[in-house]
Amino acid sequence: MSDTDITTTPAGDGDHTHAPHLAHHFDTPKQQYESGKLGMWTFLATEILMFGGLFCAYSVYRANHPEIFLYAHTYLNKILGGTNTVILICSSLTMAWAVRTTQLNKPRVTALLLCLTLLGGAGFMSIKYVEYKEKWEHGLLPGKLYHHDDTGEHPGVATEAPLAQSTGVVEPAPAEAKAQPAETAAATGAQEATGVANGQAAAPQAAGSMAELSLIKPAAVGPEGVADYVLERVPPLVPVEHMEVPKNVWLFFSVYFLMTGLHGLHVLVGMGLITWILVRTLKGHFGSGYFAPVDLVGLYWHLVDLIWIFLFPLLYLIK
Amino acid sequence: MTVSSTQPALLRGGDNYLTHARGVLSWLLTLDHKRIAVMYFVGILSAFGLGGIFAILIRTELLTPGPTLVSNPDTYKAFYNQLFTLHGAVMVFMVIIPGIPAVFGNFVLPIMLGAKDVAFPKLNLLSLYLWLFGGIFFVVTLFTGGLDTGWTFYTPYSTTTSTAVVPATFGAFILGFSSILTAVNFIASIHMLRPKGMTWFKMPLFLWGLYATAIIQILATPVLAITLLLLIAERTLHVGIFDPGLGGDPVLYQHFFWFYSHPAVYIMILPAMGVISEIISVFSRKHIFGYKFIAASSIAIALLGFLVWGHHMFVSGQSALATTVFSLLTFSVSIPSGIKVFNWLATMYGGAIQLKTPMLYAIGFIVLFGIGGLTGLFLGSLATDVHLHDTYFIVAHFHYVMMGSSLFAFLGAIHYWWPKVTGRMYNELWGQVCSIILLIGFNITFFPQFVAGAQGMPRRYADYPVKYEIYHQISSIGSYLMAVAFVLIGIYLLRSLLAGRPAPANPWGGNSLEWHCSSPPPHDNFAVQPLAGDPYNFDHLDYDASIGGYVQARPEEGVQDEDE
Repeated sequence: MSDTDITTTPAGDGDHTHAPHLAHHFDTPKQQYESGKLGMWTFLATEILMFGGLFCAYSVYRANHPEIFLYAHTYLNKILGGTNTVILICSSLTMAWAVRTTQLNKPRVTALLLCLTLLGGAGFMSIKYVEYKEKWEHGLLPGKLYHHDDTGEHPGVATEAPLAQSTGVVEPAPAEAKAQPAETAAATGAQEATGVANGQAAAPQAAGSMAELSLIKPAAVGPEGVADYVLERVPPLVPVEHMEVPKNVWLFFSVYFLMTGLHGLHVLVGMGLITWILVRTLKGHFGSGYFAPVDLVGLYWHLVDLIWIFLFPLLYLIK
Repeated sequence: MTVSSTQPALLRGGDNYLTHARGVLSWLLTLDHKRIAVMYFVGILSAFGLGGIFAILIRTELLTPGPTLVSNPDTYKAFYNQLFTLHGAVMVFMVIIPGIPAVFGNFVLPIMLGAKDVAFPKLNLLSLYLWLFGGIFFVVTLFTGGLDTGWTFYTPYSTTTSTAVVPATFGAFILGFSSILTAVNFIASIHMLRPKGMTWFKMPLFLWGLYATAIIQILATPVLAITLLLLIAERTLHVGIFDPGLGGDPVLYQHFFWFYSHPAVYIMILPAMGVISEIISVFSRKHIFGYKFIAASSIAIALLGFLVWGHHMFVSGQSALATTVFSLLTFSVSIPSGIKVFNWLATMYGGAIQLKTPMLYAIGFIVLFGIGGLTGLFLGSLATDVHLHDTYFIVAHFHYVMMGSSLFAFLGAIHYWWPKVTGRMYNELWGQVCSIILLIGFNITFFPQFVAGAQGMPRRYADYPVKYEIYHQISSIGSYLMAVAFVLIGIYLLRSLLAGRPAPANPWGGNSLEWHCSSPPPHDNFAVQPLAGDPYNFDHLDYDASIGGYVQARPEEGVQDEDE
């Protein structure tokens, strides 16, 4: 920011003519710019804390019900999620670049870069749409809306074949799976509220380990506290070798849709803001003396990007 | 907004923020922090009236065991559930939390800084409209099935009741947004707009209180926002996060809720403490004692306030370790609170105390905050809390802190800054009488509730055994007495608008910058940002009986005399 000419001369007494974008209650453009920046950072802190609540919910459920996350995350498409990560990072680059070109008085380059950023946002949302649509069609939805037909092949088997082999899990033949629905329905009878058809059978050894895992009870269990309860009674978990649907598996999709949904909403808001500064750039409002809105929208966009950087591994890449 | 005038404020006699522009739109679209504050004031007083009516209905229902107000024995309990829920929700979310910051913070903060406005005037107006919008949702709640969850919206009941939980929580969500924007504004204003000579430790303590409040609003309110969104998702989509039937954890809701709502208790009390620091010093005619300790204790309360939320859940199924730690941390908050109280008392000690109306409210605050704080110790102790939890003891405790302290400070602030805001003096005698009636009425209302609670009267019950009847009746009589006092206050304040003596610039002899501009202040507050002196140095001010206020009699120490 060294070669930008934010002036530090005080506006002084009444007869001074204000810089065009200087609000009447600020003395200098520098003071105004720094106030805006401080305000934006403060606001971003509230955004982080808002997502913090969801990250906290994620941590609690991940810690108390790891089997749900290990099982259900394999339904997420890592290729699409990874592509989206790359797209967002690139759009952050074009955004930062746009701030720089505004400072250098190159509005046409700025406009181009802002368009690219918008394109990135649109691309992200499109891919998100494809992902959501797929989940919707398969009934992989939050809470009571969950109605996935679990008799099909678990995607983890296909995409993580080496792991499945190394842990010795034998994939059950589909015919065999369909032959035992009554038995497994009895085993998961507690899921009465949902009407989920749990027809998936498991290899015998996997079923044995799942009996242990399903001991994890979901809710408060008495005055001694959930945390104690979990620590005392749950054996250390061995990751994914089970193919059986864990109890309350929809919790993962609740967390997934809430986190990515709120994030998607922020992407949309960000795209709206970028459109706004794009229009103002085309009208020639910004230059080396006044670029605060571009800068602040940029900060917001980077935060949206940053949150996704955390969401992607936590939801898509867990093991 | 017009461009600022080139004349110094003093030469523009007659022009003030109230007369600067005319017409309804000049109010509704104003960016002037003073007008926004006045609109907040009207809105918050309306909400206070609504919440007050609910309070009186509650106390009337409790006059006798069984049905009282509603004679139908089948419906009176449901009606009572609605009453206490709406009383709590309206008073907490719409009155006490925004009260002092939105009204007096908005009005006074920029003037105390010698600034023309807050850092982001448009955001300020937006936050007012968000407040109104959120308030509308609460009114919608009233007409669409009411609300009977208690103001805390605890799951799993809030996910199963048939009342209007979604509009109410969405309203609270929007109010939270309003609160966040105000806080962003205050933080940026205090950081960026301080005048020459006003270092952090030369700010008026009210600004410290507002700053500490803003920190809490920034860090806690978003968590409430996401909690309420999750609750809405739970009700509409049944996501199962808080629903044990779907594998969720209802206690997690309590953790999330109190992670905001305990700090919110300090959102209510910290600006109140700031007001009290101003009033005590000015009306004792003595420099505030222990300035740095009062300032630092505000920040300490703000930070410690984030570490104690678990004390609301001692009997909700927390582990023994967590409850013990939370209990210990809870006691630690009493240290900065005690520091403040002792510093106020030390300020009064040896001062030339003037028992004007604001000072009476400030002394009332200290008394009631003392009782409210000390009874908090019983609730912070694990063994006694198990006995007292969810009884009238806790009802009395938090009313002493929230109403007895925050609301008394709000009333103190109203009387202290009324001449500055309206340019009129109220009737001093009526002010004093009403503040004393209110103090007596308050204690009659809430002190018996400590006794009833300790004997086992649970909160949130419409019916009770006959042995508690006497406590409830004393309590109800006290509430009527307070209602009378509030009506009287309303009458003499309104009358002062019409027939009050014009207020001098400095009726109480304060030295923070708002007393350096005329009453009411001009549109731009100050033509040129003034130099700030020590806000608690009153040596250079003398009382002038001819104008009924204080004037500068000699140069202020450490500040160049800039009067022309």
